[in-house]
Amino acid sequence: MKNENINHNQEYKYGFTTDIENIKAPKGLSEKTIKFISKIKKEPKWMLDWRLKAFNRLKVSKEPDWQKPKFPKINYQDLYYYSAPKSMKDKPKSLDEVDPKLIETYNKLGIPLNEQKKLSGVAVDAVFDSVSVATTFKGELTKKGIIFCPISEAIQKHPDLVKKYLGSVIPISDHYFATLNSAVFTDGSFVYIPPNTRCPMELSTYFRINASETGQFERTLIIADKGSYVSYLEGCTAPMRDENQLHAANVELIALDDAEIKYSTVQNWYPGDKDGVGGIYNFVTKRGACRGKNSKISWTQVETGSAITWKYPSCILQGDNSVGEFYSIAITNNHQKADTGTKMIHLGKNTKSKIISKGISAGKADNTYRGLVDIGRKALNSRNYTQCDSLLMGNKCGAHTVPYIKNKNSSSTIEHEATTSKINEEQLFYCNQRGLNQEEAVSLIVNGFCKDVLQQLPMEFAVEAQKLVGISLEGSVG
Amino acid sequence: MLVIKNLKASVDGKDILKGLNISIKPGELHAIMGPNGSGKSTLANVLSGKVGYKISGELKYEGKNLQEIPIDERAQKGIFLAFQYPTEIPGVNTSNFLRTSLNKVRKAQGKQELDALSFIRIIKEKSNELGMDEKMLSRQLNVGFSGGEKKKNEILQMKILEPNLIILDETDSGLDIDALKIVAEGVNSSRTDKKSFLVITHYQRLLNFINPDFVHILSDGKIVKSGSMKLAEDLEKTGYKGIK
Repeated sequence: MKNENINHNQEYKYGFTTDIENIKAPKGLSEKTIKFISKIKKEPKWMLDWRLKAFNRLKVSKEPDWQKPKFPKINYQDLYYYSAPKSMKDKPKSLDEVDPKLIETYNKLGIPLNEQKKLSGVAVDAVFDSVSVATTFKGELTKKGIIFCPISEAIQKHPDLVKKYLGSVIPISDHYFATLNSAVFTDGSFVYIPPNTRCPMELSTYFRINASETGQFERTLIIADKGSYVSYLEGCTAPMRDENQLHAANVELIALDDAEIKYSTVQNWYPGDKDGVGGIYNFVTKRGACRGKNSKISWTQVETGSAITWKYPSCILQGDNSVGEFYSIAITNNHQKADTGTKMIHLGKNTKSKIISKGISAGKADNTYRGLVDIGRKALNSRNYTQCDSLLMGNKCGAHTVPYIKNKNSSSTIEHEATTSKINEEQLFYCNQRGLNQEEAVSLIVNGFCKDVLQQLPMEFAVEAQKLVGISLEGSVG
Repeated sequence: MLVIKNLKASVDGKDILKGLNISIKPGELHAIMGPNGSGKSTLANVLSGKVGYKISGELKYEGKNLQEIPIDERAQKGIFLAFQYPTEIPGVNTSNFLRTSLNKVRKAQGKQELDALSFIRIIKEKSNELGMDEKMLSRQLNVGFSGGEKKKNEILQMKILEPNLIILDETDSGLDIDALKIVAEGVNSSRTDKKSFLVITHYQRLLNFINPDFVHILSDGKIVKSGSMKLAEDLEKTGYKGIK
């Protein structure tokens, strides 16, 4: 573990803003805004109709209120739903035409986009506010028949695939924020892996909110055709602002027969300051369908940012013998709140699911694991194993575990283990006595606590995630 | 090396050390014996800097006031405590932990940090000397270790970190005779004219193997008697009640 690399009392290092001229949609949520977005994206009519259908649904839909973290009422008429750098208006044809300011922004974030410095073995789609800025390694992927592009491009170039699968896992009527996203989503990534193809590199999307008073509503759709495999990673950051910004994404995964999707998230949105001012509301709907037999979807998430995180990456295990996995680290410090977990819906026979959740709470933060395991009547011989561990630091934070368990047949088994512990003084003393300072000791102990999840991350990101775990907890033990 | 004058320590209002004096020169090995509750472990904790104690008196290490130096810096300056009950840290690889620790100490001492390969060479050599199974190094730190393995792991760390002042807090308790000999050999092979040892123990057993220069008896927070190895032998015959 490289503790020597941790920079002390590091502020949120992605908090800078890029000064760039924007094109924005008219403020507020209306049919006019939706038509503006659809027009600027040059969308076909079916897409606009789909959005408007969602908008009509939204009018009769209400924000959910069952979650633990409460938040002040959001004035949806006071937000911008589309913001894009002006230079992106006439889409640049190659990276040479991309505004150097944007390239520089991603360089600062450690995501080089230019050809020479590209991350080796990782193809990146960079999304800035409401548009995709650039996608690397496109040529190489195209040779294998793999489609990795902004979803706005997929709507134009691959309408059949989009029409078939968009909204097939998260219907537009699902819940308020999913419906809102369906009406106003701007960009995000689209991935299609053809049959019997193993994607030769990690695919990665890097989301950045820059503009103020702007919500980010990205939409990601990943389809793994029969016998294919893909590993996908998303990262996210935002500038430090006093206002709360809304991020309501929808992510849909579809795995057909014998296909596997591994989806990893390192979420580091701006968490707000020490007193809880500002920060992102991260209200995200992520759902995967194991539609084919023997298919597998695995979610791994490292959630360290956002003022409020509210998400449940889920698996619908339709195909017989399909497998769903959920590995989660959720760290909350200061005034952050997280209500996160998963849903494993077992429908097919011999389906298996595994849930490993590690919640760490420090400062005055509140951390809830909420999960549903639902084994259906016909899902014979299915299994679930759940392990939820919570670690508390200090005595002003909270940790909660709320499992919902339903087993509708007698041949299936569900196991649930849960622990709650406080960071141990003796462990800290031991590490200190071996020359590690308090923050290095905390980072080491917490990384150990999270090991089962961290080792699920792709190699390229595991080291980064380990550092992030340490940094997020700085100043939490005094 | 270490000078302690009139050291008093209390925890939660309870006095434990009540005016302790001891002076250790470079190269010396001092043994402290004493009954349960006499303050032996408190002394080890106070020297290494554990928080939670209220302390008064003089505590000097290499001429510096120890009370002004936090735990991790004391470790970096060469104070090492072999724990009586080494704590388990789940998910943390033993070998990685040792390397992190060693590099922290080396860095503080202005030495170059070791890369993974040179570290593995050192750790292999030292663990072989202690007759340790190499597989132990890839296990989680102290998790599921037997009592003997935990203590050997402490001695391994002592050998690798090369400290100047080594405090062994009842390292011998709970060890079978073979493990005890290995621990004693570990201590003996580390002795130089620059390193000092403070060996806290209940029994004469370990002392037979390591020949202390001085033996002190700690009782009710004070050193009540000091002498040579003969004192430990007398103690074994008469028990603590016979010493006054």
